[in-house]
Amino acid sequence: MVMSWIWTGMVGLALVFGLVGGAPGLAQAAMTGAGRAVELGVSLAGSLCLWSGFAELLRQGGLRDRLGRLLSPLLGRLYPTARDDPETMGSLSGNVTANLLGLGNAATPLGIAAVRRMQALAGSTAATDEMCLLIVMNTASIQLLPTTVAALRGSLGAARPFDILPAVWLTSACSVTAGILAAKGLKRLWR
Amino acid sequence: MAVTDYLVPGLLLLAACAALRKKQDVYGALQEGGQNGLRLVFTVLPALVMLLTALELLRQSGALEALTRLLTPAARLVGIPAQTLPLVLVRPFSGSAALAVGADLMGTYGPDSRIGRTAAIMLGSTETTFYTISVYFGAAGIKKTRYAVPAALIADLAGFASAALFARIL
Repeated sequence: MVMSWIWTGMVGLALVFGLVGGAPGLAQAAMTGAGRAVELGVSLAGSLCLWSGFAELLRQGGLRDRLGRLLSPLLGRLYPTARDDPETMGSLSGNVTANLLGLGNAATPLGIAAVRRMQALAGSTAATDEMCLLIVMNTASIQLLPTTVAALRGSLGAARPFDILPAVWLTSACSVTAGILAAKGLKRLWR
Repeated sequence: MAVTDYLVPGLLLLAACAALRKKQDVYGALQEGGQNGLRLVFTVLPALVMLLTALELLRQSGALEALTRLLTPAARLVGIPAQTLPLVLVRPFSGSAALAVGADLMGTYGPDSRIGRTAAIMLGSTETTFYTISVYFGAAGIKKTRYAVPAALIADLAGFASAALFARIL
């Protein structure tokens, strides 16, 4: 619903500005924008196809599960309640691993499964601290391979589409740290 | 040569070897996954068309420029380029909208420019916060979200500010 308001607002604002400022070529601009979107979609299709194939390969080859096992000691420390429940831990580590590999579509169902299981165990409709932590870790997006963005950069002619990797890692680390610290701090206020 | 040049073929080879060792159908898996990628393109394409149309209208009318000028002081406060503010504003609500705005920024200023890189880093290291919260908590029947929203927004803000910082120094 928010996007409906944003989109309508954008078009309305453009029309008002166009009428007041007398900017020519609004109809032409609309067509240009629509055409550019399709060009973008077409040039993105190749690398998105490739990376989604790579993702499936990681899953079938067992590399995804191996990464998940590598992470479980750290996750156990962050989620002390979930640690004792293998089902929660399974979805949780799957969710984090999928996020790390830039597989948002695979991460969402696993994350939902983890929250559902936590809710069933907690037996309340209020978010637990560990659910809030899971939300923060998902919205702060810890990605090792931001494939969609790299695909986008490549399609727009970047010299080295993947050279933003170190910056993305550092930025993700900053936002996840800030999120975890905020969650730990706010936990005390929200009794 | 940059390390990242070898990263892509290296990763592909690693994943293929691991799957071969487990006697999996590597080529079949690649194609199966590829289908998902194409489906993703079709899913986001209508959103890209609608948003890039609206963005192009905003630019042509001069509204985008005025908006950027208006938002410059706020952007300076957080330390991010004012041109990337539209991206910051839509990012928590819609992934495809953010992709469209990010693509527009990279296309307008160049993917290797500072603004283009800042936009890319922001896209790569943040998520659709409100969407994620509503989907996760909605599916589990959570009514009281407690501090999930403020904590997630603090993480986002830290992400945007550090994206601008690292685009400048790296």
